[in-house]
Amino acid sequence: MSAGAIRLENVTLGYERRPAVHHLSGVVEAGAALAVCGPNGAGKSTLLKGLAGLLAPLGGRIAFDGLAPRDIAYLPQAAEIDQAFPIDVLDFICMGAMRRIGLFGRIGPQERARVAAAIAAVGLDGFEDRQIGTLSGGQMQRALFARLLVEDRPVILLDEPFGAIDAATIDDLVRIIARWREERRTVIAVLHELDLARRVFPQALLLAREPLFWGATQEALSEARLAEASRMVEAFDRDAEECRRDETPDAA
Amino acid sequence: MLHDLFIAPFFDYEFMRRALIGAVALSISGCPLGVFLILRRMSLAGDALSHAILPGAALGYLACGLSLPAMTFGGLLAGLAVAVASSAAARWTALREDASLAAFYLVSLALGVALVSLKGSNVDLLHVLFGSVLALDDATLIFLAAIASVTLAALALAYRALALDTFDPLFARRVTPLGEWIPFAFLALVVLNLVAGFHALGTLMAVGIIMLPAASARLWTRGLTGALPLAAAIGAASSYFGLVLSFHSGLAAGPVIILMAGGAYFLSLIFGKTGGVIRLRRPKRHLEG
Repeated sequence: MSAGAIRLENVTLGYERRPAVHHLSGVVEAGAALAVCGPNGAGKSTLLKGLAGLLAPLGGRIAFDGLAPRDIAYLPQAAEIDQAFPIDVLDFICMGAMRRIGLFGRIGPQERARVAAAIAAVGLDGFEDRQIGTLSGGQMQRALFARLLVEDRPVILLDEPFGAIDAATIDDLVRIIARWREERRTVIAVLHELDLARRVFPQALLLAREPLFWGATQEALSEARLAEASRMVEAFDRDAEECRRDETPDAA
Repeated sequence: MLHDLFIAPFFDYEFMRRALIGAVALSISGCPLGVFLILRRMSLAGDALSHAILPGAALGYLACGLSLPAMTFGGLLAGLAVAVASSAAARWTALREDASLAAFYLVSLALGVALVSLKGSNVDLLHVLFGSVLALDDATLIFLAAIASVTLAALALAYRALALDTFDPLFARRVTPLGEWIPFAFLALVVLNLVAGFHALGTLMAVGIIMLPAASARLWTRGLTGALPLAAAIGAASSYFGLVLSFHSGLAAGPVIILMAGGAYFLSLIFGKTGGVIRLRRPKRHLEG
């Protein structure tokens, strides 16, 4: 499967004029695997929300070459899913078929087969009629990955897919990411597990509101750069002036 | 004996038959909506919207007296206006939706009562606040049935969309272009049912028949597919037993119907199979695996 590139042109994302991601530029090539790393509050999740089209940039532009918003699948952080909602695992994973069957279409034999394959791939056989509220953190993450498998999109955004999850589950889910890479899908993941990022993702973006480095993972996650990232000031500057960085000296 | 108690009132009096049909129609369409209101954490929004209907209905009343079309039209308009205004206020101001709904409905209630008192008697005011389920005429009955039909058809058609948007609104917005509109369509359905409830049970009681059976049903079921029909059934049963009790005791019919639904709710709180106190505090012996 091939997908177009995603171009970030001087993108600033944030809330209420406060930048969470400041002046980020770069290209995610089709089929690339990019880890987004950095301390808490560095803007990693915000960047993913921007890429998913859930947050409009405060400045700059995100351009998708030959990709529509519907080509992007997005795994939110676990906390954003309301596990108290009365829905069983099978129905939850079937949600992944929504883009193809729409709000009114039938889930035909083809979709059923796809869902069954996804359930088997994440190792949730036998959980089909369990309410999602009864799942453990790792099982819920497996269910979310199964939904992504059913969605079957060329671009996959993962927001902290391995938070609070045991090693066996991580291994299974990493295997699915590897399969996506073989299928030439673009995978962008926010990760706190730096060893995992070095092992699975060839490219990394180190973010601390400002982009610190975007390139080979080994270089991006070097001791020196990580130390620099950890010095990031999280609090807002109350007296911040309007940002003029876009303007050239001549124009100002 | 049982016949005299439970069946005769409906055989002997037309107004009882009409009341039963109207209240059951209201339950069948309103209670499933109530289940969704609860799941969307908007239990109090229904209350707020039902008050919001009042000034519109009162304006209709001022213009045309106790006329069904005028009060319905006014109520619909006011209800939709407040639904839109409060969600807009939530989106564009610092207040959250619950605060802006509370503000809008208090103002609406005050405005509505003031408007009715401008022209009407206390009897009219009571009619508006507590409804007149024992005096439903043909036109009102057809109106209630029509709204119930429209609501059921809409729920059947949009069930997946509504469940999806309630559970995971971000996902809904990403996978379908209609995603943005689902919340508004849902609120419109709620307003429609509240206006129907307004004619039968009055502005203060209408929301009771929507929320109480829904809350009860959630305590007995795990899934959504069971909760919706169960809520409707509890609502219909409350209507029936409420009318029977009101007939024999002489108590006002509307409040007794709501009291019945309230009774079912308290029983569910204690005995509810999935969420009741007994089940949660005294679980059965654990399983092997």
